[in-house]
Amino acid sequence: MTDFSTDAARDLAGPAWLVDRRVGAAETFAASAPPDVADEEWRYSAIREFNLSDYAPSLKTCDVPTPDLEIDAAAVVHTVNGRVASVDVGDELVSAGIYIGPLADADAGPALLGAVSAEASDYFTVLNDAFAAEPILIRVPSGVVVQRPIVVTHHVSGGRVAAFPRLVVDVGTNAQAEVLDYHTSDSGPLLVCPVTELDVAAAGRLGYLNVQQLGSGTWQFSSQLARAGRDATLTASTAAFGGGYARTRSDVRLVGRGANCDLLALYFGDGRQGLDFRTYQDHVAADTTSNLLYKGVVSDESRSIYTGLIRVRPDARGTNAFQTNRNLKLGENAWVESVPNLEIENNDVRCSHASAVGPVDAEQQFYLESRGVPTGEAERLIVAGFLDEVLESLPVTTMRRQLRSAVDTKLNRQAQLSHQTQAEGALS
Amino acid sequence: MSELVIEGLRARVGGQEILKGVDLAMASGEVHAVMGPNGSGKSTLAHALVGRPGLEVLGGSARLDGVELLDLPTWERARAGLFLAMQYPTEVPGVALRDLLRASVSTSDNADEIGSLMRAEAQRIGFDEKFLERPLNVDLSGGEKKRNETLQLGVLRPRFAILDELDSGLDFDALRLVGARVEAATEEDSVGVLAITHYSRLFEQLRPDTVHVFAGGRIQQTGGAELAQELEDTGYERWSDSPPPTTSGSKLGEDPFADPFADPFA
Repeated sequence: MTDFSTDAARDLAGPAWLVDRRVGAAETFAASAPPDVADEEWRYSAIREFNLSDYAPSLKTCDVPTPDLEIDAAAVVHTVNGRVASVDVGDELVSAGIYIGPLADADAGPALLGAVSAEASDYFTVLNDAFAAEPILIRVPSGVVVQRPIVVTHHVSGGRVAAFPRLVVDVGTNAQAEVLDYHTSDSGPLLVCPVTELDVAAAGRLGYLNVQQLGSGTWQFSSQLARAGRDATLTASTAAFGGGYARTRSDVRLVGRGANCDLLALYFGDGRQGLDFRTYQDHVAADTTSNLLYKGVVSDESRSIYTGLIRVRPDARGTNAFQTNRNLKLGENAWVESVPNLEIENNDVRCSHASAVGPVDAEQQFYLESRGVPTGEAERLIVAGFLDEVLESLPVTTMRRQLRSAVDTKLNRQAQLSHQTQAEGALS
Repeated sequence: MSELVIEGLRARVGGQEILKGVDLAMASGEVHAVMGPNGSGKSTLAHALVGRPGLEVLGGSARLDGVELLDLPTWERARAGLFLAMQYPTEVPGVALRDLLRASVSTSDNADEIGSLMRAEAQRIGFDEKFLERPLNVDLSGGEKKRNETLQLGVLRPRFAILDELDSGLDFDALRLVGARVEAATEEDSVGVLAITHYSRLFEQLRPDTVHVFAGGRIQQTGGAELAQELEDTGYERWSDSPPPTTSGSKLGEDPFADPFADPFA
């Protein structure tokens, strides 16, 4: 028995429609079977080591310092344990008809919550439906262009707390926005199940960047669910550094003719981290394009998993769909699984998939060393360069410096570890 | 004044002995040409000196001003003053030339200085400045890669530079610029140059003081600049251990770092 009961869902604050929705979801959840490695989608995951009853839904927000991302943002929303801590939206955005804030306070809220996720629900999105305390809505009306990025931060704090951040981004016809979705948590045992819905209407343009720098004791089951309309352009991207076991599911459904989606991720695991990615490029409409590039590094005893599916539906003639996953394995004890897949139901398509797993290239290493670059520094340059291809393509370009420094922090830790190992070797 | 002294150098690659006792001594500012047939082990000599992985030194020594290079890891050999312009420069995605030179020997000065040095060097050899910020060697033509190697030589100012077939892949104009740049390095910075090549065309600009004929894993003959022209005219046939090859490739493959596309009859 867990604390995620229908009664617990009913107790969460909100308007009647939201409470009813939560209760309905809690009932569905109570009747659903937990995922298992026997399911293809969870085959390589650590789901058997996860125990939901170790956690309880967060009942209140708590006072924690909010991160300063040093970004020139159009608007900033801070949330803690899935509840709004602060909202800062400039007047010019409000007068342009943009809404950024609690979804429950927006007239369109009931129609928009679940509009994208309903067709892609799973165990953890339903759990989020039942326990999302205060969903956030970003709505950019037709024809409006937001120049600077909109920032939403989520922090999870406490002991054995479960948090359910919910973000809905609705980009209207021919509108444009960039959103940074930034996730952190304390270092103790925590659970976070974020759901982000991205809905881009005809000719709309959205750059979405999810950054997770969660604490080392956090389980994350994240779902980024996107829908792109006619001639819409979407970049759905992730930079994953933290968490004990962090799974990110990223789905894009290309439902309008001519829609174009880039799916990007960079990740770096160390210690005993598990970073798990599941992607789905679903081509429903004709002449749609999706291009996926996921690049990751694993060191120490960390693990990374990539499984992805391109699906081309019968009506989606003229589809271009590509899927590439590349991994660098630093050290013998790191572990990588990479499984791309295609399911094609139309003949008039161009699709490809590729995956690669390997150590730092010895030729590249030799080339740099032959110019006087010390061994460790050469490896650093190559690893950082490997991730740079993705980094240079990410939206919210003002985050790049910080992402580079996150990569550097990981690499510095590697350098320290190998230094220690050498020192120990010298002593023994 | 620096000195590079190679004595009795023997090395093995993939179980096969390629270098069978190489002796060679040279001083700062000198240009030594190492010429020989394909597959004779010239490139293996270059890679043995810089310490390429996969190559096993069996004996001998290579000292730079008394420091035994063969005992050092590759990067320390470079810091001791050895540079290799590679025949096939490696592509390193995501690492720009600027990043490399910053992390490299003798350029720990401020970043502005590296930038202006790079631009000045690029100009001297007609290397497009747009390549300075791009990933190393990625999508560069063969000739651009060779200019890139030459640019690095110019910035790093080694004591001794080994040029492994620097002339291959360069068109006539590029060869002239690159050859002149290396020749200038021997005069301006007293760089000693060990130029490994099959042809004498590099020596229009870069004037060799000494020419070594390399065959069968060792130096067979040493002479003055005139020997380069003589070899160009008469070929290397008399240095082959066996009769001239009757089928293509019979001598190829002996040197694992040799040009796999080279014409065995050239």
